[in-house]
Amino acid sequence: MMKSEFWRAFARNKGAVLGLVILAAIVFLAAFASFLFPNDPWDMATAPFQPPLSEDALLGSDMLGRDIAAGIAHGARVSLLIGLTSTAAALAIGVTLGALAGFHGGRVDDAIMRFTELFQTIPNFVLAVVLVAIFTPSLTTIVLAIAIVSWPPLARLARAEFLSLRTREFVQAAITTGQSNTTIILRQILPNSLSPIIVSASLMVATAILLESSLSFLGLGDPNAMSWGYMIGAARTVIRQAWWMSVFPGLAIVLTVLALNLVGEGLNDALNPKLARSRG
Amino acid sequence: MTRRLSGIPASFRRSFNGGFTRGFHRAAAAGLLAAVLAVPGTAALVAAPAMAQETPVRGGVLNSIVQPEPPTLMLGLNQQGPTQTVAGKIYQGLLTYDQKLNPMPSLAESWTVSPDGLTYTFKLFQNVKWHDGKPFTAKDVVFSTSKFLMEVHPRARAVFSRCESITAVDDYTVEFKLKEAFPAFIQAFEVSSAPMVPAHLYEGTEFRANPANATPIGTGPFKLKEWVKGSYIQLVRNEDYYKKDLPYLDGITFRVIPDAASRSLALESGQVQQTQYSDLEPFEVPRMKALPNLTMTTAGYEFVAPLSWLEINHRVKPLDDKRFRKAIAYAIDRKFIRDKIWFGLGRVPTGPVNSVVKFYDPKVTTYEPDLAKAKALLDEMGLKPDGKGVRATVKIMPMPYGETWTRLGEYLKQSLSKVGIAVVLESTDAAGWNQRVANWDYEITTNFVYQYGDPALGVARTYISSNIRKGVMFSNTMGYSNPKVDELFAKASQENDPAKRQEQYSEVQRILADELPVVWLLEMEFPTFLDKRVKNANKTAIGVNETYEDVWLAK
Repeated sequence: MMKSEFWRAFARNKGAVLGLVILAAIVFLAAFASFLFPNDPWDMATAPFQPPLSEDALLGSDMLGRDIAAGIAHGARVSLLIGLTSTAAALAIGVTLGALAGFHGGRVDDAIMRFTELFQTIPNFVLAVVLVAIFTPSLTTIVLAIAIVSWPPLARLARAEFLSLRTREFVQAAITTGQSNTTIILRQILPNSLSPIIVSASLMVATAILLESSLSFLGLGDPNAMSWGYMIGAARTVIRQAWWMSVFPGLAIVLTVLALNLVGEGLNDALNPKLARSRG
Repeated sequence: MTRRLSGIPASFRRSFNGGFTRGFHRAAAAGLLAAVLAVPGTAALVAAPAMAQETPVRGGVLNSIVQPEPPTLMLGLNQQGPTQTVAGKIYQGLLTYDQKLNPMPSLAESWTVSPDGLTYTFKLFQNVKWHDGKPFTAKDVVFSTSKFLMEVHPRARAVFSRCESITAVDDYTVEFKLKEAFPAFIQAFEVSSAPMVPAHLYEGTEFRANPANATPIGTGPFKLKEWVKGSYIQLVRNEDYYKKDLPYLDGITFRVIPDAASRSLALESGQVQQTQYSDLEPFEVPRMKALPNLTMTTAGYEFVAPLSWLEINHRVKPLDDKRFRKAIAYAIDRKFIRDKIWFGLGRVPTGPVNSVVKFYDPKVTTYEPDLAKAKALLDEMGLKPDGKGVRATVKIMPMPYGETWTRLGEYLKQSLSKVGIAVVLESTDAAGWNQRVANWDYEITTNFVYQYGDPALGVARTYISSNIRKGVMFSNTMGYSNPKVDELFAKASQENDPAKRQEQYSEVQRILADELPVVWLLEMEFPTFLDKRVKNANKTAIGVNETYEDVWLAK
């Protein structure tokens, strides 16, 4: 019953459905990359500088003769992988700290929030660049760097939710029945504060993908993993001779980030039905 | 920035187009006049021999790029590429070299070498003055080579410490006596290898802290007028230059342009008339070459003659096995590297000596791309492919010197995977790279080294076992050691007979090409772009680092 209601609310937002379709296509591409393009995307499969629609390179080849289409398919894996895992890591840090701060309040809240503000005062991207540069670029360090710069908004959000829910009757009731703090946090408050967190997490996946692309663009990506940002970064130098090398991966990034934003919007509508209806 | 760039090309084009026909007539008329007057052999004609049909004209300022900005222009203290290009106009050495690396006069008018190869005597030009008006004499040469450079210039120290004595015979004659024969000695007097510095300013001072370092005083045709840090270095004509009527140019301005795209734009728009070394990225070269107002040449780098290679740490298994290194050599296509990664700049090397350097010998084992041979060698070593086709895994740390080297790393990874050598690429920054390579903390890296005109100066250091020195960059970091190679390099460096020397160097090249201590990738070439109005530039082995005393700008 709940489910169909959710879907109806979600489907009312046409953009969200479109976003979901695009996202599904990208997930499909990532999942079947090795099947669609069995060769290593780094393979110099054809002649360099082949324009799109050439015989053995649908979207053209890059300056070393690597297939752009294969790069985009395999790059989708890296982008989605990094987007999801770093968001998961950011969620783990952000929600935990936010929940503790919001639930306990007082000094705990003060301490955690000052710590969070410390991170919020440093520009995200700069911090990510520094972290990756220090810990030498690899998939793990990139995921960690993105998670470390992205958790503060989640912490603030979780804290706000916990602060308001803590005073509700059902929480008071749980306290009087003698449930432990952990149980109250995990089983009473958290499920009720999830909707806004899910919405912002879906948008955070998009931000994480952009961050990873920017890092790779600057040459701070994992040198052993094909990613969209790397493809654009490597091709920007020859953009006058070969537009396709940077345009197609660029489109892939735009589509993915757009799709995630649309889906996020749809989730927001579906999870906050009142808000959606009032918006018309 | 944009406004400045967009303003200049328009005005430049106007003067260029408008002035062209007029300039041509004037040049032709002047040429005719000069030809008529030339019968007794005037000084003007002596100064411009090859360009008889075009007579040099005085005036004009040449604009070029300096990149990155040098820390100082005191050439004795700093010999980085950009410093050399600018300070080469201010300071001079005793000699310079033609593009076959034969010595030519610079501050020394003539020189003799005793038959035993132990005594070198240089006669100096007599009317040379320092930029502050004091005369340049043999005393300055003795001070520069025996005191100043010995203290601050490692490459010069290695050469001049071979001298038993350096003496001023008279004001204009200097005599170098060597402890033992060292025929490469004659190649060591180029301006960056042994710049002459003024004794009257430096004698008895602390060289590195001398306030005169900020206002370089040389003997060259150009003087430092103004250096606006981060913006430009302006050199002006030395009115008291010892060669009559030279230099032709009123000045040379080097602009500091840190951004690569802006550098190519500056050349394209005519804001600068010359670029050199790595000012332009290789991928820009084909486009710039097609521009009608520019000429491109790769000559003028014979003295540095860079050779790039895969530097391989022999302390790591299986890299210590020459069969493994040969397999690597067979697995890569160096023509592809040259054509696709360096956009055609460079030559495919055959061995340890760059083909423009003396005593180069092409008759050595060479390695054409051949995957079957590579696999056979690996099989022979017992490195069989596992389930994933992997025989061995190595780490490659490409040089952090920009895009091109990154592409090379990616190319190597793919090529080696085709024969079952899996490659993990490591990223690093410039400081980290230096640190790790110098301390032997690497498996394979890419590197390039200058050869300085003679195997004894720029080649031996990479392969001789006495140069296995931890913490020192550009030494024998591989840990390669072969007593026969050590012996041949040592003998050849002291051999006076060029024929015997050639034999020894040929043999050492054959041994090295067979043992492959490193895998040579590319004899690198740098593009020099010159506006077609710039005449007489780039005629020697040091190309753009030359004094530019007889360079002139057509109107």
